[in-house]
Amino acid sequence: MAAEGHAPTASEYVVHHLHHLAAGKQHGLFDITNVHYDTLFFSILTGLIVILFLRSVAKKATSGVPGRLQAAIEFLVEMVDGQAKSIIHGDRSFIAPMALTVFCWVVLMNAIDLLPVDWIPTLGHAMGFEYTRPLPTADLNGTLGIAIGVLMLMIYYNFKIKGVGGFIHELFCAPFGSNPILWIPNFALNLIEFISKTVSLGMRLFGNMYAGELIFFLIALLGGSATAFGFVGHILAGSVWAIFHILIVLLQAFIFMMLTLVYLGQAHEGH
Amino acid sequence: MNLNATLIAQTIVFFVLAWFTMKLVWPPIMKALDERASKIADGLAAAEKGKQNLASAESRAGDIDREARARAQEVIAAAEKRAAAIIEEAKLAAKTEGDRIIAGARSEVQQEATQLRDALRHQVAALAVAGAEKILRREVDTKVHESMLSELAREL
Repeated sequence: MAAEGHAPTASEYVVHHLHHLAAGKQHGLFDITNVHYDTLFFSILTGLIVILFLRSVAKKATSGVPGRLQAAIEFLVEMVDGQAKSIIHGDRSFIAPMALTVFCWVVLMNAIDLLPVDWIPTLGHAMGFEYTRPLPTADLNGTLGIAIGVLMLMIYYNFKIKGVGGFIHELFCAPFGSNPILWIPNFALNLIEFISKTVSLGMRLFGNMYAGELIFFLIALLGGSATAFGFVGHILAGSVWAIFHILIVLLQAFIFMMLTLVYLGQAHEGH
Repeated sequence: MNLNATLIAQTIVFFVLAWFTMKLVWPPIMKALDERASKIADGLAAAEKGKQNLASAESRAGDIDREARARAQEVIAAAEKRAAAIIEEAKLAAKTEGDRIIAGARSEVQQEATQLRDALRHQVAALAVAGAEKILRREVDTKVHESMLSELAREL
């Protein structure tokens, strides 16, 4: 994996596992010419699995007695639809399906974290890829990309519901008031609000999954110490953390979906 | 914190997935759910209607039962009455017939008695004549005294 001839040190191991399969070298904070192939590959793979799986259930959906699988998906759909109904007052024909997609997609992306941390990088290495980082939600590009999508939807629904004039009026006249002196502070605050919503949405998921992934690396290093303590510790800590991580996987996906709905719900209501 | 083109690609992926779900996943499932809800509603309404029908049918059956019982009671009463009348009639007819038979027998007996009495009378007359003949011998001519003898016979 790292330099040939000797086993990687702990630091080399972690740094290697945090390295993306990138198109080139990253220059600066935002480099449009660079791209993370592993994040994209696993995002699209999990996305395809989710939508094709949902589609296969939807195609066979019957209004008669549902099978177990259909009942489970219906349960999920009704849960998402119920949440969307209580938060979005207006047309939900895009927002509710979008929330379902986000939830299922994020759950599956997060769930990659439950695979042993060396499996996919080793597999990637065997196929000739120097680095493979399989967890798309532990890449800020992955989570912030979705958050930017949500930001675009927020702006779209603000225009759609309030009209161009209404939205601009709200940008400059809320929350403090419509006095011309307050136009600039109002606009600045609204701008900060939009940016902070987007950044916090993306960062929350990224932070949780990144931290979880890092702890899995450290637990794997414990096992890698090749001592009795390390072996038992790896099994014990790995099991405990993986079980706890099931909660985090679902909870973070749920939070992401709920915040998406809340932000879009706010776009439907004036200040 | 290496932000790059992945960000933009991920945004596009997000919209494609959401669009796909909106077009091809959400509608069939919602349709199935709505259809099932309306089926259940129909089923409940049908069950309610069935219950009402059952109740009305039960009350109708009760009416019919009561009516039939009353009617049967009537028929039984009429039949009993009729039976009594027939018995009365038969009794009457039997009595008349009996009376007639008795009367016939009585008249027959009377006739017979009269006949017997006549025959007896003739025999007594003959006996008397025979006795008288024995007593009188020749002195009495049967031919001469015929009228006297027949009168005697009548008187006996």
